[in-house]
Amino acid sequence: MKNLDGQRKWLSIPPIVRKPISTLSTIVVTMVGLLFITFIIGRVMPVDPVLAIVGERASQEQYDATYIALGLDRPLLVQFFYYLVDVFHGNLGVSIRTGLPVFEDIKRFFPATMELATIGTIIGIIVGIPLGVLAAVKRGTWIDQIARFIALIGYSIPVFWIGLVGLLIFYGILGWVGGPGRLDIFYEDLVPQVTGMILIDSLLAGDLDVFSNAFSHIVLPASILGYYSLAYISRMTRSFMLEQLNSEYITAARVKGLSEARVIWKHAFRNIGVQLITVVALSYAGLLEGSVLTEIIFSWPGIGSYITTSLLSADMAAVLGGTVVVGLVFVCLNVLSDILYRLLDPRAKQ
Amino acid sequence: MSNLVDVENLWVRFPTRTGLFDAVRGVSFSLGKERLGIVGESGSGKSMTGRALLRLIRKPGIVEADRMQILGHDVMSLPEKEMRKLRGRDISMVMQDPKYSLNPVMRVGEQIVETLSIHEKVDKKLARQKALEMLEAVVIRDPERVYDAYPHELSGGMGQRVMIAMMLIANPKILIADEPTSALDVSVQIQVLEIMDKLVRERGMGLIFISHDLRLVSNFCDRILIMYGGRIVEICESGKLDQATHPYTRGLLNSMPQLDHKNERLEVLNRDPAWRDQESVSGLL
Amino acid sequence: MSLVKETEKQSLRAWLLAEVPTSRNHARMAAWYQNWLALKRNTLAMAGLGILVAVVFIAVFAPLLAPHDPFSQDLANRLQPLGFEGHPLGTDSLGRDILSRLLYGSRITLYIVTLVAIIAPIMGLIVGTISGYAGGWVDVVLMRITDIFLAFPKLVLALAFVAALGAGIENAVLAISLTAWPPYARIARAETLTIRKSDFIQAVKLQGAGPIRIITKHIWPLCISSLVIRVTLDMAGVILTAAGLGFLGLGAQPPSPEWGAMISEGRKFILDHWWVATMPGLAIFMVSLAFNLLGDGLRDVLDPKENGR
Repeated sequence: MKNLDGQRKWLSIPPIVRKPISTLSTIVVTMVGLLFITFIIGRVMPVDPVLAIVGERASQEQYDATYIALGLDRPLLVQFFYYLVDVFHGNLGVSIRTGLPVFEDIKRFFPATMELATIGTIIGIIVGIPLGVLAAVKRGTWIDQIARFIALIGYSIPVFWIGLVGLLIFYGILGWVGGPGRLDIFYEDLVPQVTGMILIDSLLAGDLDVFSNAFSHIVLPASILGYYSLAYISRMTRSFMLEQLNSEYITAARVKGLSEARVIWKHAFRNIGVQLITVVALSYAGLLEGSVLTEIIFSWPGIGSYITTSLLSADMAAVLGGTVVVGLVFVCLNVLSDILYRLLDPRAKQ
Repeated sequence: MSNLVDVENLWVRFPTRTGLFDAVRGVSFSLGKERLGIVGESGSGKSMTGRALLRLIRKPGIVEADRMQILGHDVMSLPEKEMRKLRGRDISMVMQDPKYSLNPVMRVGEQIVETLSIHEKVDKKLARQKALEMLEAVVIRDPERVYDAYPHELSGGMGQRVMIAMMLIANPKILIADEPTSALDVSVQIQVLEIMDKLVRERGMGLIFISHDLRLVSNFCDRILIMYGGRIVEICESGKLDQATHPYTRGLLNSMPQLDHKNERLEVLNRDPAWRDQESVSGLL
Repeated sequence: MSLVKETEKQSLRAWLLAEVPTSRNHARMAAWYQNWLALKRNTLAMAGLGILVAVVFIAVFAPLLAPHDPFSQDLANRLQPLGFEGHPLGTDSLGRDILSRLLYGSRITLYIVTLVAIIAPIMGLIVGTISGYAGGWVDVVLMRITDIFLAFPKLVLALAFVAALGAGIENAVLAISLTAWPPYARIARAETLTIRKSDFIQAVKLQGAGPIRIITKHIWPLCISSLVIRVTLDMAGVILTAAGLGFLGLGAQPPSPEWGAMISEGRKFILDHWWVATMPGLAIFMVSLAFNLLGDGLRDVLDPKENGR
């Protein structure tokens, strides 16, 4: 009974206030949960955090002092609380490998990943959406089959392998693109860092040489990530479009005498636009993940390389810090697509 | 050549896993300057007949006919571009449920104007003016508000009136109404039908009214084709329904309660498989 | 003799295609047979199935099929090209026969895939059915946890788990399973919610069955088919993640012939000795493609909603 009463009170709050509150609480719960998981992983880690700091030869007193200084004697939940407080202050600990605060490291590495994932997603959108629409419109024809084949390969090929083969062919044999890394060595540090994304920074500095060199380096890894993105986007676009093309308002549009192009783009496509935003956000998130392996192949100094190299040197603070940041970006992308959905779809406004 | 529509021996077929399924089987009829009803149960092929006329049967479906003419144009051989000019401007269709047949993310006004602007060269202002007039013609009291509304903001009855406005704004000579009120509340059904009927009469249009409801159709039509199993089983003048002879028509009539006759028990509609094999009755004029 | 067999086959077919089933088992067998017939018409799905059967065969008979010992080194003949003296796919940096290593590697891949295909869906099934059947705050809490796991990028979370647990095949399996269960929980919950309300569950309840019996005997069996489709579709991703972990040196440890680890070894020689890294990649591609093809086909047959007609 009591429970019902509470529910009624909650529902009596006007939706304009209620909706954002419930969304916000979902975000907070998800983020805290996310941090709890990384916290627990950090606790399970067989590497002793005290030993990692004081070293093997420290005395028992030194060890104990650090143990207490790290707060490891307090109950787990209290430790978690301090961990939360730290994270919200941007304190993710200090990396053993680089000797810098993890937060600073990530600020330095993240733009490289973003640059890669953004260009990949742009490729995915530009190629994937028209391909998906075409496959849906020409359903069952050879175009549809080819689109399906392209997507199937995207779902089946290991990204690190296609990266290697790509390097072999386009860099090793054909010499069309730059090799691993973001720039050739003599172009490095020529333009001041503003955004951390070299393509943008070099344009801001008006240095076209750096820009074209950076472009020759990014084009292959970004195309490979773009391929994965387009495989996903084209499949989703196709199935959304098929759903719309079967609906009655499409028949009604044809009854009015509209051309096929108009029926497809003005009527059907406009209806899937909002769904596509979610797909693009998901695909962007997927590329952040795919960049972990791609970055290693292409020696790309991004967050993926950072996490994996830290991992191999048992630098747990860095690994967990990276994981937290990527996880938070995931959550933010979800929230962003949700907000865009509410703003853009007239049906969601009620 | 005075007929608006002539259809001779129309077949609509769909390939299925077990072979071809015949949805419409050799139907012939004409539409003069009249209001023609097509009545039958679901699956009788009545909707398919309407869509075949607009050449909107989707791909795996096959349409065959000895002759199918709209205002003298041969629908079977007309190039798609010419066919598009015919749709909306000469022949149009009001569909069943405005909830699904109006584009959910386009404003109502834009959808109405679109019909006009692809068939005529009109500037924006005039198009808006005409759309508002059309909304008024379907008895919408505040056309300005509805013009800027999205379909989900309208009631079912309103939506269907918008649909009628959208389909009639380019002044077509023929209107197909495919179950135009069966998705609506009973309270607004007659209202919507009367609005549609009034417009059809005023503009001297031909009407093909497709429905499962024989009594309803008889109120709004001059002549009624009764379809069963993809064929026309009987043709009646709407005033002479009581003279209908086919057992299916009789069954449809008797399975409805009537106030002026006292019936102890309503009849159950018995279907005789033999009806499917009978020759289709010609509705040609 | 063969005639007798032929008629026997005919009657079995007739029995399987009977329109009115005579028993519960009969109905089940008939349904399976119908689905099988539908799947058989899908050439691509059958190709996928064929590849998978071949991979199982290879894994089982690897010792008989492999021309060499996958671990025996021959430094004199290292990095030999394709077709070199009894090494059809050449040798790696330690002179080991690449073909033999690939054949043996199929065992590791199948091992990982099988374990994940068992652990993750079962975890999801338990969480999802409890969540759906119990409802209330149990449902809210379990679904929140599921959402939190879904919020993580899978590979990054798996990396973190492996970092905590230590490298190795078993830990890789565990890490992948820990990241793979949430979608299954969602599916199982959705199925449970629809089944829970149905009349036959009410009837079983009236007979006095407790929640555990209802869940295990009545709800689980009905969740299986949608889970199987999803598992088949997910297996390609599992193979890719496992290979990725292997590539990073976090999965199977050397000298074990895991395909991802083999690519990692060959990476150093990619420009001069391309085949060392290329061949294992092709193997990974073939197997995950096979799973994708089969999964697509299964979905078309078992889940008609999805294929949109």
